Amino acid sequence: MSIRFRSPAQRAYTWRVGLAMGVYLLSLPAAVHFVGKGLVSHDSPLAWLLALIPGIAVSAVFWAYGKMLLEESDEYQRMLHVRQSLIATGFTLGIVTIYGFLENFGLVGHVDAFYVAVLWFFGLGVGGLVNRLTLGTEA
Amino acid sequence: MNNRLKVLRAERDWSQSDLADRLAVSRQSVNAIETGKYDPSLPLAFRIAELFELPIEEIFHSPSKGTSA
Repeated sequence: MSIRFRSPAQRAYTWRVGLAMGVYLLSLPAAVHFVGKGLVSHDSPLAWLLALIPGIAVSAVFWAYGKMLLEESDEYQRMLHVRQSLIATGFTLGIVTIYGFLENFGLVGHVDAFYVAVLWFFGLGVGGLVNRLTLGTEA
Repeated sequence: MNNRLKVLRAERDWSQSDLADRLAVSRQSVNAIETGKYDPSLPLAFRIAELFELPIEEIFHSPSKGTSA
């Protein structure tokens, strides 16, 4: 069994994602508790701040992915990551667009927009699988 | 694009990991180039040529000229 390659850029990405997820896991319960339960007035700036932090934390993962693409010095690994993220983006946009029409015609229920991020992360897994099936390896 | 990377590496008794370390790339990169799944950029192709002290065209074969070189 070969040891999985981890470049400095990939290690930095892992740390950044870990940090972002830490902020997310701490901020989400706080937002649910104080804003979701109405303990903080929706008119107050604090409510906006608490509600914004979880989304910003998840967005930081997208930034971290882009930063990794810029920092990755191994061109083959970078190509694998670019393919993976393009597949994830196409996968997500396709599903969201189709679902949007279905929702618009009243055939399916409403889904909160933040699930787009969940789909994209799932799409990264699909992209990794496509890389493995077509190139025999993944980043 | 066909290349002689595997032969040149074998002549020096280098593993894919040895070559990867010398080129500062991943072993997957070396494997992908050797098997023709990935064509390296010009800068990486020059690094490979300089490492083996050979002209690029003695390592990588022009696709327009077939496999013989």
